[in-house]
Amino acid sequence: MTIAAIRAAFPVLSRAGFHYLDNAAMAQCPGTVVKAVAAHDLTARANVHRGLHELARRADEAYDGARERVAAFLSAGADEVVFTGGCTLALNIVALALEERMQAGDRIVVSAAEHHSNLLPWLAMARRKGLDVAVIPVNRDGRLDLSDLSMIDRRCKVVAVTHASNVTGAVTDIPRLAGAAHAVGAVLAVDGAQRLPHGPVDPRELGADFYAFAGHKTYGPTGIGVLWGRREALETLPPALWGGGMVAGLDGDVPIPLDPPARFEAGTPPVAQAVGLARALDWMAGLDWPAVRAHEAALTRRLLDGLAGRDGIRLVGPADLADRLPVVSFAVEGCHPHDLSHLLAERGVAVRGGAHCARPLMSALGLDEGCVRASLAPYNDETDVDALLSGLDHAIGVLR
Amino acid sequence: MSDDLYQQAIKDLAARESSRLDPADVSVTLDNPLCGDRIVVDARLSGGKVEAVGHAAKGCLLCKAAAAVMADNAAGRDAQGAAELLDGARAMLKQGAEPPLPALAPFLTARPHKSRHDCILLPFKALAKATSP
Repeated sequence: MTIAAIRAAFPVLSRAGFHYLDNAAMAQCPGTVVKAVAAHDLTARANVHRGLHELARRADEAYDGARERVAAFLSAGADEVVFTGGCTLALNIVALALEERMQAGDRIVVSAAEHHSNLLPWLAMARRKGLDVAVIPVNRDGRLDLSDLSMIDRRCKVVAVTHASNVTGAVTDIPRLAGAAHAVGAVLAVDGAQRLPHGPVDPRELGADFYAFAGHKTYGPTGIGVLWGRREALETLPPALWGGGMVAGLDGDVPIPLDPPARFEAGTPPVAQAVGLARALDWMAGLDWPAVRAHEAALTRRLLDGLAGRDGIRLVGPADLADRLPVVSFAVEGCHPHDLSHLLAERGVAVRGGAHCARPLMSALGLDEGCVRASLAPYNDETDVDALLSGLDHAIGVLR
Repeated sequence: MSDDLYQQAIKDLAARESSRLDPADVSVTLDNPLCGDRIVVDARLSGGKVEAVGHAAKGCLLCKAAAAVMADNAAGRDAQGAAELLDGARAMLKQGAEPPLPALAPFLTARPHKSRHDCILLPFKALAKATSP
C-alpha cells in the first residue's frame, strides 16, 4: 500500500494546505473506523453481557469479537485484554489494584520521561501508602539512563515506565527493565500509548506484566483504552473499580469478583468504541510495517536535518534514528512554544507546544518553557515536513 | 491572521524589563496549564490600594505583553478596581467590548483566538487576586 493510499483512508487529510503533525496527542481516524462505530450504534446498540434480546446478542458478539481482535494484535489471549475508558484509566486501574499489596517503605520505580498518566497515579499511591519513589534519570538526549538500575532492589515492587517518550520519541529497552524488575520480584507496568501506533507489539515477549494503550492514538475512537495484563498477573489482582458486570454475586455483603478481564470492567463498557478500536487495529494490521517504518524514519531524518540546519533551534531528544519513534521536539531561542504553535497553526500546520504532560522531563532537559513537538504517523509525507519547516521560518520571522 | 496578533506594539510590550518587588505585602503566583505560562505578581498595599507592583512573567509573548500593561496600570487600584480591570479585559476579548484601557487596544486582534484569551487575562487575574481582601 502506498503512502498516498494510506493517506486517502483519512478524509480529514484531504483538506488542501492542512498538515497534521499532532499524532502523539491524537491520531486521525480512518473513515472505515468511523463507519464501524456508527454501524454498530445503528444496528447493535445494547448493553453487553446482560440482555437476551436481539440487539443484546449482537452487541455481545461485537464486543467479544473486538476483544479477540485486539488480543490478536497483541499476540495475546482474549482473557488478557481489559477494555477501559483510556490509557490513563488503564494505568490508574493497575495502580489501584496493586495498592492493596503495597506496604509502607516499599518502592516504586518510574522514569523521568513519564507522561503524567504513568506518573501521577504512582505518586498519589506513594503518598497514600508511604512508599518510596525512585526515578530512572534521562541522558541529555532524553533517552533513559539505564547504566545504574540499583534502585530496582528488593524494596521495589513496581517498575512503571513508558515504552516510548511522548516528547523525545526515544524507545525504552523494556526487556532489560523487565529482567531487572523480575529479578527482584517486582512487576513491570508499561505505558504503550506512544509506541503502539507505530506497529504491533507483543507485550508478553517484551517481558511486561501490564501494558496500556489508548484508542485515540491508535487511529481509533476516543473514550477507549486497553489494559493488557499477563494472565498470571491479572489473576492475582483484585478489582480496582466496582459496579455492575464484574461480580459473580455477593456472599452476604462481600462481592465475589469475576475472573479477568470482566473483573476490571465495572459498569457499562465502551462498546461501540471497542468495535471501532478493533477496526482501527485491523487497519493497522493490514499495513506493511517495515515499509511504513522506513517511511517514518525517512521523514524523521528529513525533519531532524531541516531543524538542525536552522539557527537558534535546539533539538530535544535523540539526533539519531535508532530506537526512536517519528516524534521530534525542539525549542527555538527567543520564541515561546505556544507562540510558535499558534503561528504554525495559522499556516495549516498542526503541532503541539507546551510541556506535553511531562513536567519532570521538561525539568530534566532544562526546558522551562516547554518545547514544540511534531509527531508523525504513517499517513504523513514530505509535504507535511516541508510545510512545518517553512512555517517555522515564517513564525520565527514574525516573533523576532 | 495571527501575524497581526504579533504586531510590533505587542512585541515591544513583551520585551520590556520586569522585576519582582521586595519587600511586598502580597505575592500571587498563577499558572496557565495549557501553555505553561506562569505569572508572579508582588504588590505593596496601602489602605487596600496598590502602592507599588512588581512581577515576573514566564510564558508566551501575549502573557508577557499583558503583564507589562497590568504593571503599568496597577497603582492606585483596590480590589474593586482590579476586578473591574479584569472584567473589562475579559469583556473586551470575549464580548466585543471596548478596551478598558487604551494600552489594551493592541490586544483586540486576539479576540478570534479564544485559546489565547487566558494568556492575556492571566496577569489581570493575578492582580485581582493580589488585591482581594
